[in-house]
Amino acid sequence: MTAGPLVASLGASRSRRRPRRLASHQTASAWLLLAPFVVIFLLFTAIPIVASLGISLTDLQGADLRTPFNVDFTGLKNYVDLFKSAQFVGSIGNTFYFVLVGVPVTMIIGFLLAVVLNNAVRRARPVFRAIFYAPVVANVVSVALIWQYAFNDAGTVNTALKAIGIPGPDWLGDTHLAMPVVIALGVWRNFGTAMLLFLAGLQGVPQDVHEAAAIDGAGWWRRLFSITVPLLMPTILLVSVLLSVFYLQVFDEPYLLTKGGPLNSTESMSLYTYQQFGFGNFGTSSAASFILLLIVALVSVIQFRLLRPRA
Amino acid sequence: MTTETLPSTITSGSAVRAPVRVALYTALGAAALVTVLPFVWVLSGSLRTTADIQSDPGVWLPSSVTFDNFVRLFSISGFTGYLVNSIVVAAIVVVGNIIAASAAGYALAKLDFPGKKLAFGAVMASVMVPFAAVFVPQFVVIVNLHLSDTLLGIALPSLVFPISIFIIRQYASVIPDEVIEAARIDGAGELHIFFRIFLPLAGPAVATVTIMSFLYAWNNLIWPLVVAQSSSTYTLPVGLAATSQAAAHVTDYGLVLAGAVVVMLPVLILFLFLQRYFVQGIAATGIR
Repeated sequence: MTAGPLVASLGASRSRRRPRRLASHQTASAWLLLAPFVVIFLLFTAIPIVASLGISLTDLQGADLRTPFNVDFTGLKNYVDLFKSAQFVGSIGNTFYFVLVGVPVTMIIGFLLAVVLNNAVRRARPVFRAIFYAPVVANVVSVALIWQYAFNDAGTVNTALKAIGIPGPDWLGDTHLAMPVVIALGVWRNFGTAMLLFLAGLQGVPQDVHEAAAIDGAGWWRRLFSITVPLLMPTILLVSVLLSVFYLQVFDEPYLLTKGGPLNSTESMSLYTYQQFGFGNFGTSSAASFILLLIVALVSVIQFRLLRPRA
Repeated sequence: MTTETLPSTITSGSAVRAPVRVALYTALGAAALVTVLPFVWVLSGSLRTTADIQSDPGVWLPSSVTFDNFVRLFSISGFTGYLVNSIVVAAIVVVGNIIAASAAGYALAKLDFPGKKLAFGAVMASVMVPFAAVFVPQFVVIVNLHLSDTLLGIALPSLVFPISIFIIRQYASVIPDEVIEAARIDGAGELHIFFRIFLPLAGPAVATVTIMSFLYAWNNLIWPLVVAQSSSTYTLPVGLAATSQAAAHVTDYGLVLAGAVVVMLPVLILFLFLQRYFVQGIAATGIR
């Protein structure tokens, strides 16, 4: 999950004061109402974060789960080993590749669609909005199947290329081409989210500024870059950070399309973590996931810094 | 809404001229086509025989329609079980979120108590934690609760989404404090007020929470993958991924695509009819 609501709540987190006598009556009820959340929070967020750090300093294996006394404290060994592992270091590179290409492409597509829908389409807008948002709710396992059929050696894409005389490559079997296909699936799944957030942001761009600029003779592109983009900067920033945090955790696309291959060229950090977990290397897996947690936290801190003045 | 004033800004100064309009709609149409093509393909492929798909995989519309794939899917492949598992998990998650997340959202919005800031901080913190960073210890917790390879183990961590708490808490500000104060003066307890007064008034927010938590529970892949050890606890996405990767089915496109339809269709139908709740959910939170 990403940090979106944080931003929305920054300004609203102050509660209204109530008379003291009421407050004391409400305390027990309040914690009773909060109890389920507190239990789930402790079991599946608080304890796991602490445990994750703890496990990452041990050689815990899957087989040790019922016999915790076999586990040895190994200090930072897992972390040192990880940074010596070409596969893990490669997975960091692949994750950033996914983020640095995927985020801008997703945003540009989402932004252009939002601007066109907002400015030039009126009656058909809900229809287009629904179509472009549908991939967000679609199940990724189903969609990845189609991606595989389309991009396999004798798939639809290559059949189409052959028809115009170009020999198609083995997309998902090529170390240079697999990642772009993986990114394309990520973009296809998420541009609808970006579009929706930009559409919401565009509602806040005052129209009179636009009209004044138009009367002064500013063309459509000029107004787009001189008025819309600057006024939309908070939304652009928000979308970029939301997508970055989300894409840093990319798992579904490479897991379903390539299992991280060929030659680990599409292996993301989440996928590496999951695979180490699958091998029973819980210590290594936790150390890898803790590094991912630090990276995501760093991006979140940057998000706070950038967004706080406006909130 | 500014919808009505928008066209005037276009017409003032530089109107969207007819050729531009045609070009824009052509581009939008092309983008829409690329977006829906995979859906069309899944649906049409599921209605063709496997031999038909293999002979010409690029065809978009089936030449003859057959429901054989669906019949085989539910009779031989274990999909009936996956479907039931998915429904059970989604039901637990949705009911949990409606009650527990609403209760937490109500307490954070309308009650005053010591530790409120701490509780709110916990909600914020759990939004920020990336799943990949905690699933190993989460699994250790599940094992220690003796819930590994159970449907409850799949559902339990999703029982109270922090996002759901945010949605309810945000909506609660719309409900006037006076309504709640009046009930208190009449001597109603906080639990009574929550169930009988707040929850019915929070209908739209509860609807959004229902949709969002259903969507997440239904589509989630990685956590069920971690918890489910045997095919008897597979949810639909896990079952579909396993089926499509199993040697016995890997070339049985028709069967696999029928599975894809079963996984995808309920959410797409819900989306079609309840679009505004999906949209509100994302507008409120910025996430899916």
